[in-house]
Amino acid sequence: MDWQMLTLVGEDQPGIVAQVTQALYQGGCTLGETSMIRLGGNFTIMLMVSDGGKPLAELIEPVAGSLQLQYHLDPIHGVLHQHLVPNFQVRVVGADRAGIVAKVTGTLADSGFNILELESDVVGSAKDPVYIMTIQGYANATLEALEEALQASKDADIEVNVSPIETLIG
Amino acid sequence: MAILEILQLPDPLLKEESAPVERFDDELLGFIDDLEETRLNGPAAVGIAAPQVGRLQRIVIVDCSTTRKPVPNHGRLVLVNPEITEWDGFELGREGCLSVPDYTGNVIRAERIKLSAQDPYGEVHDYEMSGYEARAVQHEVDHLDGVLFVDRLVSRRTDLFQRKVYQKGGKHKRR
Repeated sequence: MDWQMLTLVGEDQPGIVAQVTQALYQGGCTLGETSMIRLGGNFTIMLMVSDGGKPLAELIEPVAGSLQLQYHLDPIHGVLHQHLVPNFQVRVVGADRAGIVAKVTGTLADSGFNILELESDVVGSAKDPVYIMTIQGYANATLEALEEALQASKDADIEVNVSPIETLIG
Repeated sequence: MAILEILQLPDPLLKEESAPVERFDDELLGFIDDLEETRLNGPAAVGIAAPQVGRLQRIVIVDCSTTRKPVPNHGRLVLVNPEITEWDGFELGREGCLSVPDYTGNVIRAERIKLSAQDPYGEVHDYEMSGYEARAVQHEVDHLDGVLFVDRLVSRRTDLFQRKVYQKGGKHKRR
């Protein structure tokens, strides 16, 4: 199956997912994996969409226009049923400071850690912001080796910890 | 001994409630052997429930003695007509299922449970368990009630999870 990655971004309002997916469905498209999240109050979504025969841009243009969303389409080499199961979780909690993500993820990359999921948020108050990031991923490295490598990212204001994820199959 | 076929979502039998075991006989022992062989045949499953192979009876097997990182456990348990009698605490953990291929997700389970169950010969035993083993039993007992872990999925962004991070880490400085 040929997939395209459809990205939509804009001001959030109720009903966006319903209207977009209705337009795709009526155009004969099917959906693969999708991810929607609000970032800074903005609506963002990425959807794997299969071609329904009609050019996707023609299907999306009217609905994106009426919802005042920007959209972007990329042909991708997409494959379903290829989920990787993470075996480590890394949590970062601390003072909001430039460079935290680059430092932690750089260390992880050097350890051969493949990030499968990453979410970060700035919480707390505007005056005293706190940065929280959770990363799940896969690495062949041992827990001790990852802990050792991440030591350098810690300081008085930033806590970084790594824990194994034992996925229960039953 | 035989390897049985594992039913997969959306097989409607997985949504059925299973009936109690009433006859403790050689046929039951033979089925339990097959169920265990089936569990061991697949990807590292710590548990299996009879309805996963299409037998709607309250029988599960749990074995948390071979996890990558050792956890407290009672060894291999065959639980017939299991009943969870007490639940305490809650914890988020990642689960997958032989009946739901290619998917894992986060589920909230009780941290500690008390459990009463019969063995394959009909003797009643009581157990107290916690953590990973308690999670495994809750996952399997759910199967007996027609509930799959995908019916209990929660988002990683749940407030519960972030509070747990603070509690478990212990070292985080509150700002």
